[in-house]
Amino acid sequence: MSTKFREGANPMNTKWSRWKTIWTCAFLLIAIVLCDARAASALPTGKVMALPMFARKYGLPCSACHTAWPELNNFGQVFRDNGYQLMNDRDSPIWQNPSYFPISFRITPSWHRESTTNQAFDSVPGNGDGLGVGTLTQAGFDLSGMDLWSGGTLYKNISFILLPSSDPTAVWHFESAFIRFDNLWHSPWLNVKFGRFELDNLISEKRFLFLSANGGLYQIYHFNVPGSINNFGYGDNQIGVELAGHSANSYTRYSVSMLSSNEGGVNFTTDVVPGGSPSNRTYDVNLAFSQAFNAPGPPGESGFGLERVGAFAYIGQRPTNFETELGTQLVGINNKPFYRIGFAGDLSYKNLELMPLFMYGHDNPYLGQFGVPAGSTLPAGAQAPTFYGGFLEAHYYFNPQNVALARFEQINVGQQAISPSVSGVSGSNGNITAVSFGYRWYPIMFSRAGVALDGEFSRVRTIGQEPESGNGSGFIGNPTAAVWSNSIYFGIDFDF
Amino acid sequence: MTLKKFAVTFALGSIALLTAGARVSTAQSHVNSPDPLLGTPSVATETSQVNGLTGHAEEGKHQYRRFCIGCHGPDGNGQGMNAQWIDPQPRDFTEATFKCRSTPTGTLPTDEDLFNAITRGFVTTNMPSWRPLNPQQRADLVAFIKTWSPRWAKEKPGAVLNIPPETAVTIESILHGRELFQKLECWKCHGPEGHADGPSASTLTDSKGNPIKPFNFSTGERFMCGDSNRDLYRIFMTGLDGSPMPSFADVIQPNDAWDLVHFLRTLQVALPNNQELTLWQSYKAAHGKDLKPIGPDSAGGAQ
Repeated sequence: MSTKFREGANPMNTKWSRWKTIWTCAFLLIAIVLCDARAASALPTGKVMALPMFARKYGLPCSACHTAWPELNNFGQVFRDNGYQLMNDRDSPIWQNPSYFPISFRITPSWHRESTTNQAFDSVPGNGDGLGVGTLTQAGFDLSGMDLWSGGTLYKNISFILLPSSDPTAVWHFESAFIRFDNLWHSPWLNVKFGRFELDNLISEKRFLFLSANGGLYQIYHFNVPGSINNFGYGDNQIGVELAGHSANSYTRYSVSMLSSNEGGVNFTTDVVPGGSPSNRTYDVNLAFSQAFNAPGPPGESGFGLERVGAFAYIGQRPTNFETELGTQLVGINNKPFYRIGFAGDLSYKNLELMPLFMYGHDNPYLGQFGVPAGSTLPAGAQAPTFYGGFLEAHYYFNPQNVALARFEQINVGQQAISPSVSGVSGSNGNITAVSFGYRWYPIMFSRAGVALDGEFSRVRTIGQEPESGNGSGFIGNPTAAVWSNSIYFGIDFDF
Repeated sequence: MTLKKFAVTFALGSIALLTAGARVSTAQSHVNSPDPLLGTPSVATETSQVNGLTGHAEEGKHQYRRFCIGCHGPDGNGQGMNAQWIDPQPRDFTEATFKCRSTPTGTLPTDEDLFNAITRGFVTTNMPSWRPLNPQQRADLVAFIKTWSPRWAKEKPGAVLNIPPETAVTIESILHGRELFQKLECWKCHGPEGHADGPSASTLTDSKGNPIKPFNFSTGERFMCGDSNRDLYRIFMTGLDGSPMPSFADVIQPNDAWDLVHFLRTLQVALPNNQELTLWQSYKAAHGKDLKPIGPDSAGGAQ
């Protein structure tokens, strides 16, 4: 049965059409690559890239700020920490040509193939029984969302970011929007940011190099124990105020943020989608600290590079109930706490970069129970949901224009929301194992625009849960079996 | 579709990317460069010595490609693709002429001079501070920069300027410095009040014939070659090679040079915590009417 329905679930899933699609795309990609190679070889040498609005402003190569676009190197980190200023007394917009406008856009046309096992669907298309179990596969050309960046300085030591961002169907929201007062009292240790922004993550998910559905996110940045009503994601932008500081070379960095307990939502709702649940009146706190140092090489040789280690802690609250009016939710109440703590590193060995991260998460037992307000009697077996895990990501930079990527990620549920001895659910329910491999090639890199060809393969195994990527039907066929979700991705990532 | 088939497809794509990427990388290195690799043959052997670090040109080449090539160009001649938009123009390393030195005019700078220039950057220009690069990377860059000119193989850096201890900041020192400012005709470029509006200011060009502006003391808090009194002393005693700013080492005695430093500081009205300016303003409040204006009418002395 399963074979039959695997074949029938997707019109592309005949052997002929499947291979035809793959080989057509492979040849097309090769043709594109070779054409680009010929075109690019005629271009001037040494072109490198960055967020072009800054590159255009300063005339610097993009690789000055990025190890590989869009990941920042330490020079880019200092630039960012200084409020998008080079501190050359020419940062204020008054020094710019009036025609200069600080705006960039980024989008990625792609071809990708998503395949997810152990999915429930109708045994016969259209019969509505939901009894089929098999692999759901989709493939084809696609678009990413679009980022429309604007950012820079309003005045010396006053900087801003405005980032309207759309999904592939052009539904927009404000991914980031903040103003930042830099170098208060002439001190790099005092900078205040106000608005919606990315948490001060040592390893940024917003500026990383993977794009595929399964590989294009850090699983642990969005993980919550199955059954938890906590919607917090460490990788999601939050809204509030941040005090941050850094040494002159940003080797030492700290930040303290006070954030609304609404997962970055606006208009007093949770999350960014209008119409989400109402937020509560409480605040979360994020703390981050990192220290970098130079690793000396063997005697007589150059050093290994810059090594950075850091730690973070997020302490937050989420409502377990809501004030209502005629059943309509008004304000979150009966808040209960949760926290995430961890450490991370960004380590270099010449052209090899290793980024390890470990995180431990803990929620109040009430956050593990849907529809049980704080103060009510918890169901039998209820306990504090916990998890732990992390990832190790590796980049190898052949040169500023070619980088190979790999990542392994593992998350284990430490404690289920309901004790397995009571619920009968496996203690490993929700565990995730993920691997990703990729390669990015930047055929043209210069200070006006950027293009990267991105190829990836990602594979994620989840126990008893849908993959974080959203791949699949949304319903698991066999809840006791693992779900494997694969992504193959080829994209042309460009910005201007 | 099995995982094996996925992997084969993915591998094919990756091989195509790798192959084409390598082709382009090699091809781009050839453009405008006599050598497939950046720099000259001395890249293999050139080193620098800075603060106990040994910089290697071979390593610096990679840093140069990543950080510097956009402005200074693949041939090190300051003709990178961004150069056309940059004012002042990027340094031409093939000439081995450097503004910020601790060595006499016309001589090569020390490795530490280049290291400090990379670290500090050049305020009001497109050359940022590269302090975020670690010291080893900067030392490697110094070694690589030295591969662009054969002068580095033939000559040694000049003797480092000896800077005596700073003299006390007194009104007498400032007044004497003011006299020197008049006598040495600094005002002709920098202007009587240091506003960079002297009669010669609009005519200045650098060694490549590009227009160049004198330093405006009234708005600038930092100098291109540093921000301390010692840096200011060094600037006019060594000159800024490649620019119209000459060396005054042969015409000013060390103590006189400190006096000039103290007066020049009084022109920096935007500089916070400026003790020379504070002293000068209190003097001017009481004796301003007795001061001769600086300029062509004060040929006999400014005081």
